Amino acid sequence: MLKIEDLHARVDDKDILKGLSLEVNPGEVHAIMGPNGSGKSTLGHVLAGRDGYEATAGSVSFEGKDLLDMDTEERAHAGIFLAFQYPVEIPGVSNMEFLKAAVDTTREAQGLEALDTVNFMKLAREASQAVDLDASFLKRGVNEGFSGGEKKRNELLQMMLLEPKLCIMDETDSGLDIDALQVVANGVNAMRGAERAFVLVTHYQRLLDFIEPDFVHVLSGGRIVRSGDKSLALELEDKGYGWLEDVA
Amino acid sequence: MSEFINGLLVAADAPAWLANHRDAGSARWRDSQKPTRKTEAWKYTSLHLLERDFAAPGPVEPGTDALPDFGGLKLVFVDGQLQGDLSALALPEGVQLVQFADADAAQAEQIAARLGSVVDADKHLFANLNDANLSDGLFLQVAANVRLESPLHLVYQTSEREPAFTVNQRLLVVLGEHAEANVIEHFLGASPAAFTNGITELVLGAGSRLRHRRLQVESGGAMHIGGVHAELGRDSHLDSFHLALGSELKRVDIVVNHAGPGAHCDLNGIYLLRGSEHVDYHTCIEHAVPHCTTDEVFRGIMGDSSSAVFNGRIHIHPDAQKTRAELSNKNLLTSTDAEINTKPELEIYADDVQCAHGATVAQLDEGMLHYLRTRGVDRAEAEVMLSYGFINELVDALENEAMRDYLHPLLAERLTRDTRLTRHLV
Repeated sequence: MLKIEDLHARVDDKDILKGLSLEVNPGEVHAIMGPNGSGKSTLGHVLAGRDGYEATAGSVSFEGKDLLDMDTEERAHAGIFLAFQYPVEIPGVSNMEFLKAAVDTTREAQGLEALDTVNFMKLAREASQAVDLDASFLKRGVNEGFSGGEKKRNELLQMMLLEPKLCIMDETDSGLDIDALQVVANGVNAMRGAERAFVLVTHYQRLLDFIEPDFVHVLSGGRIVRSGDKSLALELEDKGYGWLEDVA
Repeated sequence: MSEFINGLLVAADAPAWLANHRDAGSARWRDSQKPTRKTEAWKYTSLHLLERDFAAPGPVEPGTDALPDFGGLKLVFVDGQLQGDLSALALPEGVQLVQFADADAAQAEQIAARLGSVVDADKHLFANLNDANLSDGLFLQVAANVRLESPLHLVYQTSEREPAFTVNQRLLVVLGEHAEANVIEHFLGASPAAFTNGITELVLGAGSRLRHRRLQVESGGAMHIGGVHAELGRDSHLDSFHLALGSELKRVDIVVNHAGPGAHCDLNGIYLLRGSEHVDYHTCIEHAVPHCTTDEVFRGIMGDSSSAVFNGRIHIHPDAQKTRAELSNKNLLTSTDAEINTKPELEIYADDVQCAHGATVAQLDEGMLHYLRTRGVDRAEAEVMLSYGFINELVDALENEAMRDYLHPLLAERLTRDTRLTRHLV
């Protein structure tokens, strides 16, 4: 599904990713762990197509298509979803307007039938219930004045409505208390399936107690320095990231 | 500018008190220096459209446009003339609502005592013109401790007619101690022949609260030069919201005098321009006494080759210690030919005050744009959504849901004519 080969990327003239390779197949859950500054968030932004995140070498293909050649919205239409570490506040645009625009434009691009307003509202309310966000949040400005946990749950809400093929979750667990983490994990687990893949970018092993990964990768110095199964996460928890200095 | 609004509108008969007021205004208008582009306060706003003859409007037909319902009482004026009869209205005890010409002796005395008292005639030329042309006006008085809860919705329409004519609109609101009222001024029309000169005076007694909305939805060829002049008594609270859609010529001066300690003013406004439209807001907040606060936010979006002016002055007098005053003006230009002249002016003569001001010409936020695009919204639609949000943030803060519902499509429609790009808004 997603094939990253020897990816180099720079931000503000600074090389961050230095030869990252990763292959993700449908149904798999990959966790990418690593210390601050290792390039974890950069990977998410490069895949989502953020301006200023420039891929200088290597390739990324998604379902056989050159991802780096696609506009940000095209990547979304193709089925890639990035849950932001810091979701953006958009005052003056209601969450409902935002969600409807996202779902409509995505379905349109995917050749699916448009949802009428009544059905959409019903879906949105169900999803907000599933992520434990009061329906009043749908009427508020996008993420406006939401707490950290509410923002993350709103990301999950969007993910549920957009039904992406590949979900990249950038430090979705950071800043969450155990209850909120449980809600997010339940949401993710409910969405797991044979056709959908997840890339969980995280600093902490804690998230993986709730969402069991198939693969764990350690990112350091802009490349993956070790891969393994979930036991690798426990090892990291135990040893910390200090030992990476030696491998990197 | 020799032919500047020549031909004053001489109303045939008026009560003596009103005639006196009018004559004094006439004299001031006659003797005043008419502004040119060299006049600082008119540097960016040309008045050449006013260099012609204007008649008084003739008899009018009731308007047929569907009007929104904001709740409460609705009065409709067409070309300055009230449709219907005020005496038929059921008003709560302690509320007086009367046209100047119909005022009884006691009311006339109250009007005469207040009319023009909060306007600095030397600085506001068009208030003099309004005085000079005064044949009638509307007087709202709410007695001490009386609460006029539901909004008084004043609709001012102009009709399509020739030749060019002046609509002289005047509103005087006087709130007694601890009185409360909710007044909506709502201007409509698109006639290139109508020049509206609308002056509003708001006198807030101690502890009173006024919610004031001035929606200038006039478009097309409409010309409006108006003023809102408010005096805030001790611990009173003015919440004033302004909206201007662009038109051929639009200028509004808003003056708020904090006259009693502890007064608070929320002053917010938005302007939306396209084509070759023009809007000019001049606001001036006078902090003459201590312990008063002002929060002022104006935002505008200019498209095509339109031009807007925002001049926001906050003047803190030497005695006005413990003042807190904040002014923010943000602008979005959606075309390289559009223009904004923004100038915050902070004059502070007291030392123990908190003041902040900022004026920016902003771009759409790249982070927001990216966020929308990662959710599948294409760039063109995302840009319109963000522009809408930039303005709508102030509209969504309005408490009147019917008014928000009325304004949402107006905002969206003003941002783009491509309805595909606004289909998810409103």
